[in-house]
Amino acid sequence: MQTILQNLLNGIAAGAIYALIALGYTMVYGILKLINFAHGDVFMLGSFMGFYSARWYAKLTHQAGAPEPSWVMAAVILLFAMIACGLFGFLNERIAYRPLRNAPRIASLITAIGVSFLLEYGGQFVFGPDPKFFPTLVDKHLITFGGITTTNYQLIVLVVALAFMALLQYIVYGTKFGRAMRAVSYNFETASLMGIPTDRVISTTFVLGSVLAAVAGILYGLAYPKIDPLMGVMPGLKAFVAAVLGGIGNVPGAMVGGLLIGLIEAFVGGSSFSNYRDAIAFIILIVILLFRPSGLFGKYQAEKV
Amino acid sequence: MTRLPWWIRDLIYLAVGVAILIGLSYGLTAIPITGIAYYNRILVIMGINITLAVSLNIINGHAGQFSLGHAGFMAIGAYFAAFLTLYYFGPWVDKMPEGSTQHWIAQNGLLLVAVLLGGLLAAIAGYLVGLPSLRLRGDYLAIVTLGFGEIIRVVILNVEKIGAARGLSGIPPWSNFFWVFFFAALTVLISNRLVNSSVGRAFLAIREDEIAAEAMGVDATRYKVKAFIIGSFLAGAAGGLFAHYTPAYLNPTMFTFIKSFEVIAMVVLGGLGSISGSVLAAVILTFLPEGLRMVKDYIPGGKDPRMVIYSIMLIVLMLTRPQGLLGRRELWEVLRKRKDAPVKDAVDEDEEKASPPIQ
Repeated sequence: MQTILQNLLNGIAAGAIYALIALGYTMVYGILKLINFAHGDVFMLGSFMGFYSARWYAKLTHQAGAPEPSWVMAAVILLFAMIACGLFGFLNERIAYRPLRNAPRIASLITAIGVSFLLEYGGQFVFGPDPKFFPTLVDKHLITFGGITTTNYQLIVLVVALAFMALLQYIVYGTKFGRAMRAVSYNFETASLMGIPTDRVISTTFVLGSVLAAVAGILYGLAYPKIDPLMGVMPGLKAFVAAVLGGIGNVPGAMVGGLLIGLIEAFVGGSSFSNYRDAIAFIILIVILLFRPSGLFGKYQAEKV
Repeated sequence: MTRLPWWIRDLIYLAVGVAILIGLSYGLTAIPITGIAYYNRILVIMGINITLAVSLNIINGHAGQFSLGHAGFMAIGAYFAAFLTLYYFGPWVDKMPEGSTQHWIAQNGLLLVAVLLGGLLAAIAGYLVGLPSLRLRGDYLAIVTLGFGEIIRVVILNVEKIGAARGLSGIPPWSNFFWVFFFAALTVLISNRLVNSSVGRAFLAIREDEIAAEAMGVDATRYKVKAFIIGSFLAGAAGGLFAHYTPAYLNPTMFTFIKSFEVIAMVVLGGLGSISGSVLAAVILTFLPEGLRMVKDYIPGGKDPRMVIYSIMLIVLMLTRPQGLLGRRELWEVLRKRKDAPVKDAVDEDEEKASPPIQ
């Protein structure tokens, strides 16, 4: 019972991070029908921006060596990483995807792969290929309740991730911009005929997705403080699986999908099949897609002739 | 003038190709240039990449089924062929006297058998992966094939008999320039024959519009699975050849989805559906990172920027030629266009640009 609860908690914490990344995939896909393969690497960029901004923060506040953990610093570096990744998302869309808007879809997919390679190899070139240790943002302590032990990190990850997901849910379903976004995703051409500035909506979607990836990057750095330029590959892939699982293009679906993938992995990781942990997400994906070809929450669309 | 039956013509082409290849492979080892082994190796990798790109082009370019699992098929072929030669064929051949004709025949014959069996197992996997494509379309199929490739890799990581995470070493290094280019030529020939056959026409019909193809009586399901079987067989064979080429070492990290991405970049860069385009792009993308090696000398600190430049060039190439280098045409059609400038190609160009932005 205790191990089950423990796995449950670990799974939810990891799943919250997957969900944050999956949201970026699903929003971009919903609007452009583009699998933005570079998104996992934006998550990596977020972690590294956090790492470097912590250094700069230490320098600015005249601290030698590792900066003193504090909530202010955590907030500052989170903000910095969000801005940096948001800017990257904006430029990425402008430079690499917008010129291909009217080209065959596969062309932008290859560009996305190119951007992903650029971030991975560029990261190895600029940051160095060796793993780096993410600074301690907040003091770590153990929390015990009901027989299970957890750290405040897991709770922070969960609370922050849920807060950002709630914020996104509000943006998508409660604001004028969100309505524009949903309209563009429903029908691009009609939306632009109705006076929706589609280019601006798409840019903003990319920025939103990248900002969420940055948050995920910082939370990941907090929970698993070893970061390297290829760290975004696997979580990115699994987050994409999560997005497909929930029905790609569906915002609540991505959240549920992310949590599910996190939970499944935690339980498999704790079982005797732990060696197959990286494969299990895909096996489940294939099984689910065979029975529900458009994901758990995706609407089945009859093909028009 | 009566033309010979197609299979006799193909056999003649193949015989001429084999003669040229034998000449080349002896010639290349005989050239007294320092570091010839290095160039030889790049050429062999190029040949393997051509096989991979052209075989993926059958699935992605001709049949229009978006597959991201090519590295998985390659891994199956590579590991199965290596398993056969390492444990069964290799010890048997070693008993024969070194340098004898018997040894030579057994070695090359068994390499061929191992490579073909590797391809066969990959084709069976291709059949299994092709099955979900009956229900899934577009991006969902892409992610399933990608997941399949990753599952293969994780399974290999956990099988102790084939080296698991350590990698598989000690495979007999039997593969050579000749065999690699023989298979590359065979792949191009098969692909070319296929696209001009009724099966190929069915592939193209499915690619253009699956529903319309079904309405015209094309059994889309059967042909899609067929495309997967043929493509994965050739990818498996390419893997088998790769496994037996010096240093004859396999590691699961060679077959991540990054490898699939590299192959798909070749196919799309060459122009989806263009066989000569895939060959051209495979040549370019194999030589590009090698040609960029010299850039390293100008960078202080011993950092190697070639993959960074490679990815930037990939992006720039896609931005400037979104339909690929050759579009859907073949090299000779593009060259001919320069001379006659027929109207048909102008229409083609329009179609490529006017494909719907969002579905």
